[in-house]
Amino acid sequence: MSGGHSSYTPSTGIEKWIDARLPLPRLVYDSFVAYPVPRNLNYAYAFGGILAIMLVSQILTGVVLAMHYAADTGLAFNSVEKIMRDVNSGWLLRYLHSNGASMFFLAVYVHIFRGLYYGSYKAPRELLWILGVIILLLMMATAFMGYVLPWGQMSFWGATVITGFFTAFPIIGDPIQQLLLGGFAVDNPTLNRFFSLHYLLPFMIAGVVVLHVWALHVAGQTNPTGIEVKSKTDTVAFTPYATVKDAFGLVLFLILFAYFVFYLPNFMGHPDNYIQADSLKTPAHIVPEWYFLPFYAMLRAITFNIGPINSKLGGVLTMFGSIAILFVVPWLDTSKVRSAVYRPWYKLFFWLFIANAIMLGWLGSRPAEGLYTLFSQFGTAYYFGFFIVIMPLLGLIETPRRLPNSITEAVLAKTSGGQPAGVAAAPETRA
Amino acid sequence: MKKIVLGLAAAGLGTMLAFGTANAAEEAHNAAEPTHFPIKEPAEVNWSFAGPFGHYDKQQLQRGLKIYKEVCSACHSMHLVAFRSLEELGYTEAQVKAFAAEYEVQDGPNAEGEMFTRKALPSDYFPSPFPNAQAAAAANNGAAPPDFSLIAKARAVERGFPRFVFDIATQYQEGGPDYIHALLTGYGETPPEGMQIPEGTHYNPHFISAKSLAMAQPLQDGQVTYDDGAPQTLSQYSQDIAAFLMWAAEPHLEERKKTGFRVMVFLVLFAGLVYVAKRRIWADVEH
Amino acid sequence: MSAHDTTEPTRRDFLYIATGMAGVVGAGAFAWPFIDQMRPDASTLAVSSIEVDVSAVQPGMSLTVKWRGKPVFIRNRTPQEIADSKNTQLSQLKDPIARNANLPSDAQATDADRAAAKDKENWLVMIGVCTHLGCIPLGQQGDFGGWFCPCHGSVYDTAGRIRSGPAPENLPVPPLTFTSDTVIKIG
Repeated sequence: MSGGHSSYTPSTGIEKWIDARLPLPRLVYDSFVAYPVPRNLNYAYAFGGILAIMLVSQILTGVVLAMHYAADTGLAFNSVEKIMRDVNSGWLLRYLHSNGASMFFLAVYVHIFRGLYYGSYKAPRELLWILGVIILLLMMATAFMGYVLPWGQMSFWGATVITGFFTAFPIIGDPIQQLLLGGFAVDNPTLNRFFSLHYLLPFMIAGVVVLHVWALHVAGQTNPTGIEVKSKTDTVAFTPYATVKDAFGLVLFLILFAYFVFYLPNFMGHPDNYIQADSLKTPAHIVPEWYFLPFYAMLRAITFNIGPINSKLGGVLTMFGSIAILFVVPWLDTSKVRSAVYRPWYKLFFWLFIANAIMLGWLGSRPAEGLYTLFSQFGTAYYFGFFIVIMPLLGLIETPRRLPNSITEAVLAKTSGGQPAGVAAAPETRA
Repeated sequence: MKKIVLGLAAAGLGTMLAFGTANAAEEAHNAAEPTHFPIKEPAEVNWSFAGPFGHYDKQQLQRGLKIYKEVCSACHSMHLVAFRSLEELGYTEAQVKAFAAEYEVQDGPNAEGEMFTRKALPSDYFPSPFPNAQAAAAANNGAAPPDFSLIAKARAVERGFPRFVFDIATQYQEGGPDYIHALLTGYGETPPEGMQIPEGTHYNPHFISAKSLAMAQPLQDGQVTYDDGAPQTLSQYSQDIAAFLMWAAEPHLEERKKTGFRVMVFLVLFAGLVYVAKRRIWADVEH
Repeated sequence: MSAHDTTEPTRRDFLYIATGMAGVVGAGAFAWPFIDQMRPDASTLAVSSIEVDVSAVQPGMSLTVKWRGKPVFIRNRTPQEIADSKNTQLSQLKDPIARNANLPSDAQATDADRAAAKDKENWLVMIGVCTHLGCIPLGQQGDFGGWFCPCHGSVYDTAGRIRSGPAPENLPVPPLTFTSDTVIKIG
C-alpha cells in the first residue's frame, strides 16, 4: 500500500507467476512484513490491530447468530433465547457478540485517546483521522441497531428515544423519524430494517478500515515522540517486530474479553433487556449501553433554551456536535509540537479530558435531576472547551519541552540513561 | 510531572467528593414517601453458583422446581423452559417424561380441525397458567404476573458507584437471585409511620419499583414439603426458588464457567509464550 | 542476529514454533463453536423421536405422520396386500435389500423383513420419500397396489419395495419399536 519502492522479490516460479498477474503477495509483503514502523511504538499502538481483530470477530459471530435469529417482533426475543438455550455453543457466540461490542468500543476509545495524546491527527494525517471518525460513526450506528435486535425493553425504548432525536428538528423532524421507523412508532418494519442495516454496516466499516490503513501506510505511523521517521535506524520491520508486539497486546486484550464473556457476561448489559419489549410500558430509567453514556449525558445536559433553539433541539445538536467536532480536530490544534510528551500543559488538559469523559459516562447513567444535571453541564462545557478553546489557544501560548533530534536519539537517551546517541549503536550495526 | 499528578489527584478527589454530595442529596428522602426503590437493599446470599468455579446444587434446583410447581406456577408462566431441560436437574429421561405428563398442553388442529389438549411431552414447554397477558392481568388485579423464564436475569438492584467497579473483581453476577430471595423474605414488615399503602397491595421494602406490590406473601414456613430433609423454612424456600430461577434463566452457567477456566488458562499461558517470544525478537533493538 | 543464531538456534526456534503452534491451537478451538452451532439444536433433537398411537388405524387404512421433517407412512395392510407381497420372489425385486434400519444392513427384502415387527406383519412403516429424487409417492396407486411416485413414475409394491421406474432403492423403514400394541415409537 505504501507504493513505489517495493522490496518484495518473488523467489519461486509460482510466486513470480502470481506476481506478474495479481501482485497480492507483494502487497501483503510490503504492507505487513517489510513495512517500516517506528521502533519506539508502545502498547497503546497495539489497539489498531486489536480493533481489526475485533471487527473480524464481531462479523464472524454476527453471521452465525443471524443463522438463528428471526427479525420479527413476535419471534425476535424468543429466537435470541433459543440461541442462548438450545443452539449448540449458542450462549457462547451470543455472549461473544454482545460483550464483543463493548470490547470493540473500549478498544476504539483507547485508540482515539492515543491519537489525541500523541497528536496523530496532525498533518499529514488529517484524512487518516477523519476516516477514523467515520468508522466511529458507523460503529455507533451499528451498535445502536444491534442493540435493538434482541427486542428487549431497553432495545425498544432505546430505539424509541434515539429515533426521537430527529423529532427535535422543526418541520423535517417528524417525516425523518417516520422514514427511519417505517411507521409512527418502533415496530416490525423498524426491526426488519435495523437487522438489514446491522448486517450491512460492518462490511462498510471494513471498507473504510481499508482506506484508513491505506492512509496510514502512506503517511506512516506516528510514534510517542511525535517526530517523523528520518532515517532507517528510526524504524524496524513490521514483521516480526510490530507483529509480535501487537500479538502480545492482543492476547492481553483477549484475556480481558474472555473474563467478561465467561465470568461477567451480563455486567455491561441491562437487566431490563431480558424482558420482552412492551410498547405500553416504559422502564423506570432508560439508559443506553455504557459506550454511549457520555454522549447521552451531554444530550441531557442542555435543559435550557438557547435563543431560538429550544432545549430539546439544543441537546440533540450538542450530542451530534460532540462527534462532529472530532472531524475538525486537525485544524483546531495549533501546536507545532505533535506529541503530548513534550507539551506539559496539553498533557494536563488531556488527562482532565479523560477524567471528564469518564465522569460524563457515569452521569449518563444517573437520573437527570439535581446536581447530576449541573455536573453534566460542566462536563459538557469542558468537553467542547477542550476542543474549541484549549486546543487552539494552548498551541499558541504553551512552551513545549525540547524535542530530541530523532526517534533513535530519543530511544537511546531513554534506554542508556541519557548517554549521547553515539555510545549505543543502531540495531543494524550492532547485529 | 509531579505537579500534574498532584493536580489530577486533587481534581479526582474533588469530583469524588462532589459525587458523594450528589449521592447523599439523591438518597436523602422522606422515610414515609420514598422516591427511590427498593427501600432496602437485598442481602448478598452465598450461592453455590457464584464465583469462577460456581456450579448449581442439583438438590437445591429440584427443591426449587417443586416450589415453582406447587406455588409459583399458579400465576407465573415459564414459557421458555422446556421439560426436556429438566434432565439437567439430575432427573432421568423417564422421570422427565412422567413429570411432563402431569401437565396438559393444547395441540392441534386434528383431522376435524379442532384444537385439543394432550399430555405434555418432554419436548413441550411449561404451559402458561393464563391464555394471554390480558387474562393474566384481569385475574390479578390488573397486574400481570411476570414470566419466570428469565426473571433472575431481568431483575437486579443497581449496585451504585463504587461497588459496581469492585464487582468486576469479585465477579458479582447474582443480583437477580439476591433480589428474589430478598423480596420473598421481605414481607410482613410494618410500613413506617405515615406511609400510605395503596388498597390491594402489600408493603415490601425490598420491592424494586415501588413501596408495595400486588402479590401477597407467596411462601410461608412449612408450606412446601421437602423429601430430602432440607429445612422447610421461608428462608430456605426463598433460596431454593431463587437458585432454580437462576438456572431457568441461565441454564448453561456451569458450562460457561468451566469453558471459561480452560480458556483463561490457555490465554495466560499463550500470553507468556508470546511475551517471551517478543522479548527475544526485540532483544537486539533498543526501543 | 547471527551471533545468537549460532549459539542457541534450537532453543530460539523451539520458542517460536511453540508460540506459533499454541496460536494455531487457540484459533482452532475458537473455530469450533462456529461449526458446532450448525448442528441440530436441542429443540430439534427433542422431537427426533415421536410416539404414534395407531389404535384407530383399521386394516386398509393409512396414516401419515411427520418425523424429522419428513412424512412417514404407517399402513395397516390388508391380508390381500400381505399375501401379494409374500408371493413376490426376491429375484423379481429391483432392490433385494430390506433397507430396514432395525435390521442388519444386508437383510433381504422379504415381506417379514419389511414389516414393522415380527408378530405385526400387517403394519408397514416407512419414510415416504421416493428414493429417486425426493418426491412423495401417492398411496395405493400404480401397477403393484402399493405406491406410485408422480414425479418420475417410480412404482412401489405393497411392501414399499421398488418394482419399476427410476428409483434405485426400496422405501426405507425408520428405526421403530412398538411401546405397546397400539403405540409405535419412531426414532
